[in-house]
Amino acid sequence: MSCAGPGGGSNDVQWCFSQVKGAIDDDVAEADIISTVEFNQSGELLATGDKGGRVVIFQQEQESKNKPQCRGEYNVYSTFQSHEPEFDYLKSLEIEEKINKIRWLPQKNAAHFLLSTNDKTIKLWKISERDKRPEGYNLKEEDGRYVDPNTVTALRVPVFRPMDLMVEASPRRVFANAHTYHINSISVNSDCETYLSADDLRVNLWHLEITDRSFNIVDIKPANMEDLTEVITAAEFHPNQCNTFVYSSSKGTIRMCDMRAAALCDKHAKLFEEPEDPNNRSFFSEIISSISDVKFSHSGRYLMTRDYLSVKIWDLNMETRPVETYQVHEYLRSKLCSLYENDCIFDKFECCWNGNDSVVMTGSYNNFFRMFDRGYQQDVTLEASRENSKPRSVLKPRKVSTGGKRKKDEISVDSLDFNKKILHTAWHPLDNIIAVATTNNLYIFQEKLN
Amino acid sequence: MLPQEVNSIEEKMISPEKAEEAKLKARYPNLGNKPGGSDLLRKRLQKGQKYFDSGDYNMAKAKIKNKQLPTAAPEKTEITGDHIPTPQDLPQRKPSLVASKLAG
Repeated sequence: MSCAGPGGGSNDVQWCFSQVKGAIDDDVAEADIISTVEFNQSGELLATGDKGGRVVIFQQEQESKNKPQCRGEYNVYSTFQSHEPEFDYLKSLEIEEKINKIRWLPQKNAAHFLLSTNDKTIKLWKISERDKRPEGYNLKEEDGRYVDPNTVTALRVPVFRPMDLMVEASPRRVFANAHTYHINSISVNSDCETYLSADDLRVNLWHLEITDRSFNIVDIKPANMEDLTEVITAAEFHPNQCNTFVYSSSKGTIRMCDMRAAALCDKHAKLFEEPEDPNNRSFFSEIISSISDVKFSHSGRYLMTRDYLSVKIWDLNMETRPVETYQVHEYLRSKLCSLYENDCIFDKFECCWNGNDSVVMTGSYNNFFRMFDRGYQQDVTLEASRENSKPRSVLKPRKVSTGGKRKKDEISVDSLDFNKKILHTAWHPLDNIIAVATTNNLYIFQEKLN
Repeated sequence: MLPQEVNSIEEKMISPEKAEEAKLKARYPNLGNKPGGSDLLRKRLQKGQKYFDSGDYNMAKAKIKNKQLPTAAPEKTEITGDHIPTPQDLPQRKPSLVASKLAG
């Protein structure tokens, strides 16, 4: 069993290219744009969702004695069409099939379950293996055609024979019609019985077995829509306190709610907000403070939020300000005007923790992604590109030059490709293996082992 | 140096964000007359391509389908007309969406 290393900072861990999935050509079809990436709780399975409503699940192959120096590769395990485009007849609006989020359920038996959601509907999928099939029916031929009963002269007992492994995905539940606005988050509760779904203005609580009923637990819709000042951007259940969840807003605040306090959790139990310096306020302040992702640490002690320029770590016991703040790409602060004009300022970056909460990771532009080692207070910028895709080649740290003089190997801010954004990243829950999604490719990097 | 130039240099030193805001306001003078938040929020809530009605939507979808499946028509004329078709007779419904390239 491999154990998680201490961290991902530049001193400790060296990252190597392992695999890349997806087409090489530059002409990217809309449907192929990756919209979510998620490891399951053991890290054996890695799921991706895309704009075309499809889910692809990769499975890590068993570690072989032949190649002890690298951990198993991820190969396609199952792929299916999760959501299809729909039309809302009442509002004459098209409902996109894009998969916004995938969340795995903790495994309870041989089958795997995951929740996938688009803007309006959440589905529970069962992924199961079939490696034997019954043969020797009396009334059916092998190809399925029915036999004329009059021709049967003897009876036999059908037996199970091994067959090539078949992985089947079947929709077990469809949770529909509970959201007027667009779903941005789903989160499975630690009780493994319920989950929440959040849209721009409401958070709903579901029971995994019940599809025709959902409880509304947060509603921030104002009586008059003209008074609307903020929307919900993300929500997540606490990893081990089944009564606690948080939701973040477009104004940069996080509210923690306790479901034991009341049926409707409009009144927060805690409000995490960093005071703003009124002198620094600008037209962009609110936009760049909007939280695009919120993630509890595995321990449940900390909360991480991602806004446009930074990653913040909050201690659940301190609401007044974050305990750590990491600048992802501060050099963009002097480019906000053009980033507003090309809409990049509204890009929603996600963030993730490593298995022991010592390192956090998030994406940036130019296919760069950043890791911040909390313990060693080090950070590194790496790039996901086909140019660094020789097997087991070590990734070289990248640097963006901000001043006038550009050193060799540095890239200037004006040369950054803002169409190459890394919005979705995931870290294996136990090992130093990361999945990084560029627009239409999935990169898997592993820690260099000796 | 003109007073305006001195001012703008001072501002750049104070806050790059404010300098960017000034740039934006210079290009779009009407921006920010209403509170910037609610306009953007309302745009976010209304995300989704709007059609005039379901007929409009189906016409738009048909335009895409025509490009992708030009051979659908001749098969249909063979089946219908001669006899009442049974489910086994009809051509298999082609999956309308292609498999993901990640699985390729």
